[in-house]
Amino acid sequence: MNIVVCVKQAPDTAATVTVQDGKVSWGDAPLVLNPWDEYAVEQALLTKEEHGGKITAISLGPEDAKEALKTALAMGVDEAILVSDPAFAGADTLVASKVLAAAISKVEAVDLIFFGRSAVDSDSGVLGAQVARRLGWPSLSLVAAVNNLSPEGGTIEVERMIDEGRQIVKGSLPVVVSVVKGINEPRYPSFMGIRKASRAEIPLWTAVDLGLTAVPSPAMTWPEIFAPLKIETKCEFIEGETPVVIAEKLADRLMEEKVI
Amino acid sequence: MDFNLSSEHKMVQRMVRDFAQKEVAPVIKEWDRKQDMAPFVLPRMAELGILGVCIPVRYGGQGMDYITLGLVCEELEAIDSTLRVVMSVHMGLCCLGIFQLGTEEQKHEHLIPLARGEKIGAYGLTEPGVGSDPANISSTARLERDEYIINGEKMWISLATKAHTVLWFARTAPKGEIPHEGITAFILDTSLAGVTRGDIHGKLGVRAGSTGWINCQDVRLPMGNRLGEEGEGFKIAMSCLDNGRYTVGSGAVGLIRACIEASVSYANERHAFGRPISRFQLIQQKIAKMAQSYEAARLLNLQAGWMKNQGLRNTKETSLAKWFATDASFAAASEAIQVHGAYGYSDEYDVERFLRNARGGIIYEGSSEIQTLIQAGYALGLRDDSPLRCELPGYDPDDWQTGA
Repeated sequence: MNIVVCVKQAPDTAATVTVQDGKVSWGDAPLVLNPWDEYAVEQALLTKEEHGGKITAISLGPEDAKEALKTALAMGVDEAILVSDPAFAGADTLVASKVLAAAISKVEAVDLIFFGRSAVDSDSGVLGAQVARRLGWPSLSLVAAVNNLSPEGGTIEVERMIDEGRQIVKGSLPVVVSVVKGINEPRYPSFMGIRKASRAEIPLWTAVDLGLTAVPSPAMTWPEIFAPLKIETKCEFIEGETPVVIAEKLADRLMEEKVI
Repeated sequence: MDFNLSSEHKMVQRMVRDFAQKEVAPVIKEWDRKQDMAPFVLPRMAELGILGVCIPVRYGGQGMDYITLGLVCEELEAIDSTLRVVMSVHMGLCCLGIFQLGTEEQKHEHLIPLARGEKIGAYGLTEPGVGSDPANISSTARLERDEYIINGEKMWISLATKAHTVLWFARTAPKGEIPHEGITAFILDTSLAGVTRGDIHGKLGVRAGSTGWINCQDVRLPMGNRLGEEGEGFKIAMSCLDNGRYTVGSGAVGLIRACIEASVSYANERHAFGRPISRFQLIQQKIAKMAQSYEAARLLNLQAGWMKNQGLRNTKETSLAKWFATDASFAAASEAIQVHGAYGYSDEYDVERFLRNARGGIIYEGSSEIQTLIQAGYALGLRDDSPLRCELPGYDPDDWQTGA
């Protein structure tokens, strides 16, 4: 199977994010592989371990997004490609999906593309579906389990995490799958992987390499960014003789606060 | 001068941090209270390759450099000292000792399984009656045809009950005028008949680790298990300590960092007199001192690691780094408790464990008093590094990362 996993470099979730002059800053906190994408990488690795094949990680971003690709390499993907061009700066998901679809079309005979559910920084969560649309492939989003995958039969059956529970969906290959947390337990990079990753030459594909003569302007811009107001929280302990008494008091308090 | 860590260093740092935070941090208090080592720790460290981090790939290791070893120790001790102790005795004292001084045959037989984590290593120098004065050990090894007969007891041995392979120091000649001359090093297999051992409980710190005693009674050890020459044991023991101390010092850097993180977080959260206590200058002073010692300790240890990479003798620098970092980690832990007030005095928070754990570091692998004498010796010109028959090999990435 030819598998592509799309990854993004994102600020560490432990970073303290601040907004200065309408720009988001995470101080000197390191940039890491978007945590949701770790599940996508792991799912790609598990799929390869079961069905064989090759995994290519692709990232759209500035030059230093190579570090995220190195993490994917260290976890075990076979190849990594950085898609980067000054023309892509400020890309929204419409632009990003066009660029990524062009990059994926350049990778030979792809059967399966994995995305994380969203990026922890921009958090749009729609890129997978948009790339699928651009490629004309089915999109299976918010996948919590892959029950059946038959490369020979060209079919896949997954469980989607939806508000009401789990939805079982069948689809055909090639397909775009975006995965949620809990689908697997991402492995740590191995030392062998780290050695390989630190020596890897990561090719850089520009707009010209992708045959994109005109990069569309983003349809969405972020005119203003501000940090949410700090909410003062107060902790209140409900005490009582028995669980029943505590429950009654709690229910009263919640009704008083108009929570229920 | 380049102070940057390589991307390889950073990836290893992150991987080990994730392991320690995700897998050990949630259960460490429980095991500390039980005074036992969590059974998953050693197998998991083996599986992740941590137990062979800075041994060449052809000897079963991961082919990383000595700076990586220091970074691994920092990350492990930021969660619990017992994790770093594993690296001190298994890697610093045992694996690197065999790597430095073992014959090719000994490396194949003993180092490969250790570096792969299939076996665990330890180091037996200290005895019930001998700590800072190891030249006066009384364990013996008597050559009988082609076997050494080992007798004696070792005490305060980390991983005593977990280790398969112990670097064992014993006297092959009676104590003469120069006591350290009759000492020889051996690679002891703990499964041999006559080896008994046990753990010591009731320690102040490193409670989630294994520290114990090993006794040898007429243990018959093949001649091929002698490490180095007869009478070379004392020099070997001291040379191994150059590596063990480096891991202790680097670990202490992690302990200081953990004290800073805990103190900053608590000081921002806890209010007194209507303000977070982090706004009070006496709290700030404590945290500033921790930050100062963290940076200094880190640089001293990185310098020692860099010297090891270059293949330079680093006895002086390593001793200084270990001395400074461990003293500073104890001070940082004590001040971290002060920042936490009464809460810091209870095991609801981590800082009391940090203090108990930090206390050991200023005793083992050369007490702060011994490090003081070493440094005075260098400064006054009373001490000289006599050359070793085999120095610790410097780091060569191409050679180390090439397979068998």
